[in-house]
Amino acid sequence: MSTEAGTRPRIATVSLAGCFGCHMSLLDIDERILELAELVEIHKSPIVDRKTFAARCAVGLIEGGCCNAENVETLRAFRDHCDVLVSVGDCATMGGIPALRNRVPLKECLDEAYLSGPSTVNPTGRIPDDPELPLLLDRVYPCHEVVPIDYHVPGCPPPADALWAAVQALLSGEDPVLPYALLKYD
Amino acid sequence: MTAATEVDRLVATHGSEPPALMDIARDIQAAEGCVSPERQRQIAERLDMRIAEVRAFVGFYSFLTEEPQGSIVIRLCDDVVDRMKGFDRVRDAFEEALGVSVGETTPDGAITLTTTPCIGLSDQAPAALIGDVPVPFLSSDRARDIVSSLRVHADPTRLVTRMGDGKNRHPLVRSMVRNNLERPGTFIFGPEYRGEAIRKALSMTPFEVIRTIKTARLRGRGGAGFPTGMKWEFTRVARGARKFIVCNADEGEPGTFKDRVILTELPDRVIAGMTVAGYALGAREGLFYLRGEYAYLRPYLEDVLERRRADGLLGRDILGKRGFDFDVEIRMGAGSYLCGEETALLNSCEGRPGDARDRPPFPAESGYLGFPTSVNNVETLCCVAKILEHGAATFAELGLQQSTGTKVLSVSGDCTRPGIYEVPFGTTLEAVLEMSGGEGAGAVLVGGPSGTWVNPEGFGRRIAFEDLATGGAIVVFGPDRDLLVALEGYADFFAEESCGYCTPCRVGTQLIQRYLQRFREGRADQGDLDGLLRVARTLKTTSRCGLGQTAGNPVLTTLQSFSQVLEAGLPAVGTRRAAFDLEASVAGARALRGGDHV
Repeated sequence: MSTEAGTRPRIATVSLAGCFGCHMSLLDIDERILELAELVEIHKSPIVDRKTFAARCAVGLIEGGCCNAENVETLRAFRDHCDVLVSVGDCATMGGIPALRNRVPLKECLDEAYLSGPSTVNPTGRIPDDPELPLLLDRVYPCHEVVPIDYHVPGCPPPADALWAAVQALLSGEDPVLPYALLKYD
Repeated sequence: MTAATEVDRLVATHGSEPPALMDIARDIQAAEGCVSPERQRQIAERLDMRIAEVRAFVGFYSFLTEEPQGSIVIRLCDDVVDRMKGFDRVRDAFEEALGVSVGETTPDGAITLTTTPCIGLSDQAPAALIGDVPVPFLSSDRARDIVSSLRVHADPTRLVTRMGDGKNRHPLVRSMVRNNLERPGTFIFGPEYRGEAIRKALSMTPFEVIRTIKTARLRGRGGAGFPTGMKWEFTRVARGARKFIVCNADEGEPGTFKDRVILTELPDRVIAGMTVAGYALGAREGLFYLRGEYAYLRPYLEDVLERRRADGLLGRDILGKRGFDFDVEIRMGAGSYLCGEETALLNSCEGRPGDARDRPPFPAESGYLGFPTSVNNVETLCCVAKILEHGAATFAELGLQQSTGTKVLSVSGDCTRPGIYEVPFGTTLEAVLEMSGGEGAGAVLVGGPSGTWVNPEGFGRRIAFEDLATGGAIVVFGPDRDLLVALEGYADFFAEESCGYCTPCRVGTQLIQRYLQRFREGRADQGDLDGLLRVARTLKTTSRCGLGQTAGNPVLTTLQSFSQVLEAGLPAVGTRRAAFDLEASVAGARALRGGDHV
């Protein structure tokens, strides 16, 4: 069964301060990706390369937290254009690995990365400061501290089956309640 | 090596088993300003413990440190009541006079300035502990005087200028602390009949003594109100080669100071209660766990024990009763609120960090060193002695059906006569406010931060297990006080005192701090209120011990009685979270990038 493009619900995905692992997990739904492609129109996502929203979306999946001003801007655009926003994975829900820097002052982080780190070679002695580079936030924020988030899917990354179950439920208008088996990791 | 000999000497004095660790560590801390890694290694070797165990112990108690502190440590009490009474000015004066900030030591290594939760002087706040010396009624002038005196003689005991009332003047106490015994009741603070309680007990069988306590329907005075007779019976029937009676003198609930006054004025009564318990339960050993903040009472209490031994009220064949041996040993705390919880207290006595144990087994079955143990509050033991003296009926006549007898209240905050009030259970809050000059209060916190916030409509409520259960703390807030500030203060307290063992409490107490900060700064939205409530409820239902289970109470009971404090003007959740401020959060990065590129 196939649905006309334009009548299928649109979804959008993005990776903010994440590692794309959650997107890899989404691709791990294997052959169900074909089913997904029939169910939805992927409007804006790293896999379709659209830069800005051109239409309202039913569901937005967010990977990663916010570590810089551009993340915040992107996340806010997602909030403005998506009916339902889902934090996917531990970085989006809690800050995750990038949030390890939250206990270290920003200057120390930059010094360590660009000036004094044991494997750093930087003859200019400058911390990258091109105006094009987005400004870093004082700490890494989980998404729900920046905009309201409707659902959280835990995991690093969430298993493909969990993502599939969540997306299916959302698209059919149900409350996504994931069974324990999809949320246990040992 | 002389250094190691010092540990040997302490081991010879205090013992070579882990329970001696507290005394050894406290002595080393006092003499050397820290318990250094080298000392920890030596202690571990002598007590046959692991270095990690000794290190965990030192790390747990706030009066013990691995890093050197000054020869004198000034601990400013930063409880909510102290903050109401001018803590900020006192702290600023100390910081200025010493030239260091809180948490630092003067460059000459002489004085460390730090803060500590409630030290049991809320009725004479702001207060501090300087060394072991409690210093009440601080002001900025007094702070400057203290610093200049200490610079001259470096002896905290010489700061004692005008001694307090009653036994605070005892040569072994010599303290500036005041009892403020505003309303001594006729029961607990009634006349002393030394030896009478034990004599009465010895005329009965142990089971008759337990039955007497049951008939009196005595319930524990620490706050939880467990029936004492039942606790005793469980301990009595439990099998064990040894049994222990432990007196819990670790009142740490902010705003509570009744035990300090009882210990100062009625120590004999407390020890008599322990001795009666020893007889009833078949225990020969008693431990008296004294909070580190009350170390100044230790010599006095040791003397009380010594005199009782001399008079045949402790020791072998007590009052001539062949085979009834019972003695009491004082054990010290070292600055941990959690140790007021009975299983944490037992861990502390055993030379371990004072975190709570899983229950069951309960102490009645497996307590100190795994032996059946009854842990009772100071005031409970006082009641025991008086019940024996006057009979169960006299006691049960006072109070209500489920709350018999009297309750000693510690009243502080915005009232004209803060201090100790012994009232029959069932007394209304209104009556307490009238007695203590707290009429017109805007709010009263009953039972400390883990208790209940009561608004003026609730002032007709009664002090009783049936209604407002309390370990004794009554903190009065005037109508103009910002309760959000108080809430934040108590949130700081729980976050500081959480032992970190279980995640809900370790993380939850900090999340509550963060949420409340947003409310105070006016950056909260409805989502924050939902989050705050969720965290508070999670703490209540999933924490391992009483600390975490009650740490959400201030928030939850505030919402019941003072919902406007958190709800007023709270915006609904829009498409942005109110608490997040993009400009503020990039300000640091912008500054680092310098003026060239903006």
